[in-house]
Amino acid sequence: MKLINRRRRFLRDALALTGAVALGGCDKLSETDWAPKVLGSATALSHAAQGALSRNAMAREYTEADISPEFRPNGSTDPQSAAYRALAANGFRGYRLAIGGLVAHPMSLSLDELRALPNRTQITRHDCVEGWSVIGKWTGVQLSHVLHMAQPTAAARYVVFRCYDAMDDGSEYYESLGFDDAYHPQTILAWALNGKTLPIPNGAPLRLRVPRQLGYKMAKYLRRIDLVASFKDIEGGAGGYWEDQGYQWYAGI
Amino acid sequence: MPRAEPPGSEYACAVAGSGTTAMASIPEDAMPPQPVEAPRRVKRVIYRHTLPLRIMHWINAVCLLILLGSGLQIFNAHPALYWGQRSHFDHPWLSLGATQTRDGKLHGVTTIGAHRFNTTGWFGVSSMDGQPTVRGFPSWATIPGPQWLAMGRAWHFFFAWIFAINGVCFVLYALWTRHLTRDLVPTRRDWLGIGRSIIDHALLQHPHGEEAARYNVLQRIAYFVVIFVFGGGVVLMGLAMSPRMDSVLGWLVDLVGGRQSARSIHFLFAMGFIAFFLIHIFEVIVTGLGNNLRSIITGRYAIESKTHDETHQ
Repeated sequence: MKLINRRRRFLRDALALTGAVALGGCDKLSETDWAPKVLGSATALSHAAQGALSRNAMAREYTEADISPEFRPNGSTDPQSAAYRALAANGFRGYRLAIGGLVAHPMSLSLDELRALPNRTQITRHDCVEGWSVIGKWTGVQLSHVLHMAQPTAAARYVVFRCYDAMDDGSEYYESLGFDDAYHPQTILAWALNGKTLPIPNGAPLRLRVPRQLGYKMAKYLRRIDLVASFKDIEGGAGGYWEDQGYQWYAGI
Repeated sequence: MPRAEPPGSEYACAVAGSGTTAMASIPEDAMPPQPVEAPRRVKRVIYRHTLPLRIMHWINAVCLLILLGSGLQIFNAHPALYWGQRSHFDHPWLSLGATQTRDGKLHGVTTIGAHRFNTTGWFGVSSMDGQPTVRGFPSWATIPGPQWLAMGRAWHFFFAWIFAINGVCFVLYALWTRHLTRDLVPTRRDWLGIGRSIIDHALLQHPHGEEAARYNVLQRIAYFVVIFVFGGGVVLMGLAMSPRMDSVLGWLVDLVGGRQSARSIHFLFAMGFIAFFLIHIFEVIVTGLGNNLRSIITGRYAIESKTHDETHQ
């Protein structure tokens, strides 16, 4: 009897210990250099699999009835940099979007010039990495149209978006897209939300919309666009502000 | 061919209490004659779980543990659930929130529909490094412990792949070896005896002896539902939350009522896994912890019959 009790106690302790080691171990592993890299490798698999399965498929477009009463803003909602404040004070009349880097025709476009380009309106869902979703009607110019104007060179692989909003660590927000997403028909540079001029909390005067990815890819307060061969030398090297904090570059999941 | 013996197939025989625990592969006929006058407990050891099943069981157990912890971490980034395509922020059907009273104290408030519960210490507000902290699920339940969404996602998506691949391997293996049709799908007779089985389980009178050599009807239903409804469902609802996959899975998203509904159902399946896990562990303990553990580690499961006669007539 005694032996059985001891054996039972051992089994119980072993189970409890296994649980504690498993959970505590996950915390320890999260702090290492190598474990997050191993875990992150699954994202490459997700990107490849989801890319192959969905190719150029279109994100669902909703009806007016589905639009959220408020398009909840997240992250920066009121950039404080001097350059941005000056633009905002003047109703963004002096705003110009610069497009440069590995392009045949570097250019800069005013808001009026952007609005004069062929535009696209889409009612799409916005999925935050935190888990919530809102639906809004976006109007803007397809990024592909702007890229055709600027003509990326053969060496260009990524489109990098630089923004006006400074983050907690002082660095400016930035993001990047591969060409598959950059040339997708629903990837637009939006200047209107729900039929009105884009409000400041949602990224005025111009923001990126990529409805097949999570919200943090959709850079707000766009300052300039650069075409690059690699984003390894930009900021933290991971291709975006949140990516530099450990979030996945591929945000389709 | 894989070695795919059904539960209950004879692996070896041994007589309990005789001092021998040798498990030789001798057919029962070849057993030495038993003393007839004194009924004895006869122990027969069967080969219950094949090696591939044991490996897949433990891979699955590790995956579920990590997916659950990292899933709760992800949930904590926005600890509220909704029905529909989008979030109706004023009307979550579930939320783990917090309020602060005038004395500065934090109180965890869980709402389910219109019902509010004080869940301080568990949900909404729980201790983190000794300090009451606003967080959905407590740190002992999340991977990693501290609020760290990016890392939670990394763990979740890595083990989601292993979970899904392991699950597909299991289904193919179970079909190929007929483990599925023979052991997991309830038979006609099983269905007829379901009332009796429910009463027996409620009274903790579990099948023993030869009856324990095969899965009983409630076991079959539980395993079948957990594998195909919870397992299949949790993966599909996970995919339905992916904005990229939604471009090809729109029908599935609409079928369940929208992306936020998919997130809710994903969560409910996870809760279903917890319920199954608790019942599973309970049953493992009350029906013989040592014997059950041995069978899922070595494959060998002992069956004790009350008398020698029962097994030898």
